Amino acid sequence: MPTSPTPALAIDGLIKDVGPLADHDGRMKRIVAGISMNAHRGQVTALLGANGAGKTTTLECAQGLQKRDGGTISLLGEDPDRATAALRARVGVMLQDGGLPPAARPVALLRHVAGMYRNPRSVDDLVERLGISAFASTSIRRLSGGQRQRVALAASLVGNPEVLFLDEPSAGLDPQSRRTVFDLIRELRDAGLAIVLTTHLLDDAQKLADYVYIVDAGRTVASGTVPELLRQATTAEAQRTLVFEAIPRLRPGVALRAEITVEETRPGSYAVTGPLTPADLAALAGWWSAQGIMPTSVHLASRSLEDVFLALSGSEQP
Amino acid sequence: MSAGQTVSLPLGARTPSAPASLGHRILQQGRYEALTMLRNGEQLILAIVLPLMALIALAVLPLLDGLSSSRVNIATPGVLALCAMSTAFTGQGIATGFDRRYGVLRFLSTTPLGKGGLIAGKVLAVLAVLAVQVAVVSVVAALLGWRPSATGVLLAVPLLILGAVAFTSLGLLVAGTVRPEATLAITNLLWILLGALGGIVLPPDRLPVVVQDVVHFLPSGALGQAMRDALVGGQLNVFAVVILLGWSILASAAATRWFKWS
Repeated sequence: MPTSPTPALAIDGLIKDVGPLADHDGRMKRIVAGISMNAHRGQVTALLGANGAGKTTTLECAQGLQKRDGGTISLLGEDPDRATAALRARVGVMLQDGGLPPAARPVALLRHVAGMYRNPRSVDDLVERLGISAFASTSIRRLSGGQRQRVALAASLVGNPEVLFLDEPSAGLDPQSRRTVFDLIRELRDAGLAIVLTTHLLDDAQKLADYVYIVDAGRTVASGTVPELLRQATTAEAQRTLVFEAIPRLRPGVALRAEITVEETRPGSYAVTGPLTPADLAALAGWWSAQGIMPTSVHLASRSLEDVFLALSGSEQP
Repeated sequence: MSAGQTVSLPLGARTPSAPASLGHRILQQGRYEALTMLRNGEQLILAIVLPLMALIALAVLPLLDGLSSSRVNIATPGVLALCAMSTAFTGQGIATGFDRRYGVLRFLSTTPLGKGGLIAGKVLAVLAVLAVQVAVVSVVAALLGWRPSATGVLLAVPLLILGAVAFTSLGLLVAGTVRPEATLAITNLLWILLGALGGIVLPPDRLPVVVQDVVHFLPSGALGQAMRDALVGGQLNVFAVVILLGWSILASAAATRWFKWS
């Protein structure tokens, strides 16, 4: 966890129970079981996890929408459960379901929300920047998911917040809107906002996040910058694949460890899969050397955050 | 949206984020919700068309004969009370129920408006729509010969507001505790039942004997009777005021306790 200046959001040991639930023998269910995280100004902090991992609940406790059952939360130095209008003005929220009235028209709605602030951003600028002008007076219920998402993002920004919560910001976006939204998020980060987002998409976290918390079953199972998490997973026992090209129908002429498999996926192309270590690579090179093979290409598939995620969050996969 | 767009937001030079004043926020929300209600066709039928039909029916049919000098004089106070029930209970209840379903209540409560401002804005919107209803119904009633006394009008205005508060609390209680489809069914059904048998437009002695003693204790019967006593006789019905206050307090306490924002 970065230790630099006071974080804009600090969550320590958050606990949240829901229920009693009928499908849980009528008992309470602990859906957040001790999440701790910090989010700093000028950074995008991502909560990455599968659906139901507790990401949205964590965000809603930080936004004051749900009362926590344990732990502490400091949002801009205050407790969100006792948020004043002054605190709420400094925090922008984009909910997962948008929270927009279906009968409203985007620009009229944004002007309405802007009226809640003393120094709102220009609605016209936001509308133009997020490409909302094309459907400015179409009712929300007739918009596509991606269009709604952009209106919800504009609504979260109109108050000129210092902290921005985005719950699944890329949901429903086509590739072009996604690029526009991601560019804007990076720009806002560079302008000094503390941005906290949730996502179940590893690609989002990899593209956007300065710091990632991997959440599984109500706990943070790993955290770090994306490169740190990748390094962390390199040392962990994990599947890797090495692909090399050589002449077809090579005989397996060397003793590789039992958990490592060699498969000729097409003539002359071989996939070596398993928890590969440098020693395994040496053994592989020994095989080539012994048989006088010079591969025409060798390629070690690079680790993605997905591998880290799968390695660390065992229970539910995205 | 074009790929290489260069519209820039003035991101660097920040003015500190600050909320608009409390009064401004509530007015803003009240105006927005009132306009939304007045633009909705179904809401307009409930708020304006049905009360006007009730007024005209009661002025034409001999249902209320013998209670006052003219049919319209005894009919109009009850129709005004019906307007309060339409907007505060049924209209506002349904709107709030669906806003809750779509997360609108949660989103707005994260803005400087907050939960308290949201409720205050709703009450304001109900009063604004009620003012429009009262204006329309009063003009039509006047054309039909309604001539209320000044004393009656002075008494009726705060009574109607009290009735709107009681029905708003009840509408919020329903909207905040059951699914929006159930809110739709419950508030519409109660509007019809209370409208017909709740002592709101028809005084108790024109109702079936079994309900005559009960309606005095209902918010509909209390408001209808208080409005008639004020506008027909120039009297303040203290018992009815107590009943309306009781419903307001009970329903707001229950709504505060059980209202679910999501």
